[in-house]
Amino acid sequence: MTSMKATPEPQADRSNAERYLRMYRQMVRIRTFEEQANQLYLTARMPGLTHMYSGEEAVAVGICEALTDTDRITSTHRGHGHCVAKGAEFRSMFCELLGKAEGYCRGKGGSMHIADQSHGNLGANAIVGGSMGIATGSALRAKLFGQDDVTVCFFGDGATAQGLLYEVMNMAALWKLPVIYACENNGYSEYTKTAEIAAGSLTARAEAFGIEAFRVDGQDVLAVNELAERLVARARRGEGPFFIELETYRYHGHHVGDINRDYYRSKEEETLWKTERDPIIRMRAWLVEQGIAAEAEIEAMNAQIRKDAEDAVAYAEAAPYPDPSEVDMHVFTDVLHATRIGA
Amino acid sequence: MREITLSQAVNEALAEEMRRDPSVFILGEDVAEAGTPFKVLSGLVQEFGKDRVIDTPISEPGFMGLAVGAAMTGARPVVDIMFGDFLFLIMDQLCNQAAKTHYMSGGKLNVPLVVRTNLGATRRSAAQHSQSLQALVAHIPGLKVALPSSAYEAKGLLKTAIRDNNPVVIFEDKLMYQDKAPVPEEEYLIPFGQANIKREGRDITLIATSSMVQVAMKAAEALASSGISAEVIDPRTIVPLDEATLLASVKKTSRAIVIDEGHQSYGVTAEIASRLNEKAFYYLDAPVLRMGAMDVPVPFSPVLEDLTVPTPDRVAEAARRLCAGEMIHAA
Ligand SMILES: Cc1ncc(C[n+]2csc(CCOP(=O)(O)OP(=O)(O)O)c2C)c(N)n1
Ligand SMILES: [Mg+2]
Repeated sequence: MTSMKATPEPQADRSNAERYLRMYRQMVRIRTFEEQANQLYLTARMPGLTHMYSGEEAVAVGICEALTDTDRITSTHRGHGHCVAKGAEFRSMFCELLGKAEGYCRGKGGSMHIADQSHGNLGANAIVGGSMGIATGSALRAKLFGQDDVTVCFFGDGATAQGLLYEVMNMAALWKLPVIYACENNGYSEYTKTAEIAAGSLTARAEAFGIEAFRVDGQDVLAVNELAERLVARARRGEGPFFIELETYRYHGHHVGDINRDYYRSKEEETLWKTERDPIIRMRAWLVEQGIAAEAEIEAMNAQIRKDAEDAVAYAEAAPYPDPSEVDMHVFTDVLHATRIGA
Repeated sequence: MREITLSQAVNEALAEEMRRDPSVFILGEDVAEAGTPFKVLSGLVQEFGKDRVIDTPISEPGFMGLAVGAAMTGARPVVDIMFGDFLFLIMDQLCNQAAKTHYMSGGKLNVPLVVRTNLGATRRSAAQHSQSLQALVAHIPGLKVALPSSAYEAKGLLKTAIRDNNPVVIFEDKLMYQDKAPVPEEEYLIPFGQANIKREGRDITLIATSSMVQVAMKAAEALASSGISAEVIDPRTIVPLDEATLLASVKKTSRAIVIDEGHQSYGVTAEIASRLNEKAFYYLDAPVLRMGAMDVPVPFSPVLEDLTVPTPDRVAEAARRLCAGEMIHAA
């Protein structure tokens, strides 16, 4: 395992200014999206519940910044961050969260199943570990067809307990597939400390298959992106697969309804991560210090994003629900209404 | 017309579709040089190479998952699940992922894959290599299910399955791999949702799937000698199901027995019988009977195993009693 040590903050490369700002902007977009989603839940305007990504923004953004639209990702139950980072729009996302017809999945998927085919997001997944095969299969297709896209498989530390991971890493390593396993280690599997359910080291498990594994500070978007750029380029050249463990933290409860959580983690721990290691505060300070952006510009950017999100929520709330006739559509590709024939 | 085995028919279907469409590939255990334990795939790796006839580790959930991802991004994998009993291992990938992806994505993602597997008891293989699990997958919306009853159907249905843009599970009867049937040299496809009337009759309809079609045909012959004219229908696919053909027949004969090798309770026979009751009740002169496999794990000992599946004698006996107006129930 190669550890990406916390290095002194790097010097900005001016030619990359646009990229730095884009990464900052995308992280703020995720945070802002989630604040709105949380509000929708707390005010009972959203059906069901949702899992917040806040705190983990640098992971999705640092990695997706290294990908193009033809590269694929698979996402998780905690998927809003991946979805935004891969290029999704607020309006269609909020519509999906509210079960509206203009949602990415016409309201059939909801928060836990958003897929955005146009940007290569193969979908969130409500089965923990459920998309590990899908990501690896996408990489197998790339290899068989001689296509140079790379697939990133996002999953949590808790998901490393699923046997599927070891079946597919075995095949990915045997066949040198262009897939990157990105383990978002936020320290918790639902309401259980991962240290209590994971034996040994996660990266060592990947290394047992001969897969190069890395550990990186998932709160440092520059470090994540620097590593991702390198690994994506190598995977494109057929040097994959790779495994990355990203050390990160979720700010909210396991889901929006997980409010009283003292029994599994302390307020002090939460405060520490939020104040000392927040990826957005950190990037913002760096942008200013390096002269990439002035405070005023950043404030303006944040305000614009907030306005975009509020507008998108208003739009989604006013948007129509699917027509009831859609209930049995999209069961099969070639049957308009699945329950109207003798199927 | 030439006659070939069911095994050869499957092999031909795959070879033809792989020649026609470079996105079709095969994934499974011992599918390449070994050509599977049943030797169904022999020769394919020589023509198509190891990139398109891929030997996997013994990781059913893993390679099933790979097939889903490959299918979602433009390939057409044909997954080989060596024994139908191993379907239990791939349930999440097949039923939670493949079956639901098109729906959950609001129609944006397709999963055009085929799972080839098998069914059938009486091979003295005991409880974990003998099950007929078609009801299990037919229960899940989003999966199509094909049950070929001879080499002819095996070829035509598999070719259709490979061209279908949905996940399809096709069950071959493992006892029939060496059985020959007439199969045209020219290309043909069998559309899904079209039942085949194997034999016309007036007095009773025997609706039988896969391995049970032979059983029903033999029963019909025996019935003919006692003056009962039985119609035999093979639905060929149970999802989609050709209800119209089944209903038309039952309305004509006014009696029906549904025969399938899956367990009887909560099974394929129950579903079809129930639809006939709902939609042809006033045409019926007798309750629709179900005849499935006995509700026990498949036993090893031949004397026991043979008791668990419908036989021509038992089907004919039930048909005679139905036609005689006796109130009977199957189980
Ligand atoms: C197969 C399966 N088992 C259990 C659950 C319930 N569940 C949902 S999220 C979760 C915890 C997952 O932890 P981790 O993979 O670390 O992701 P995180 O929530 O921390 O992002 C559990 C147990 C599930 N959705 N799927
Ligand atoms: Mg976790």
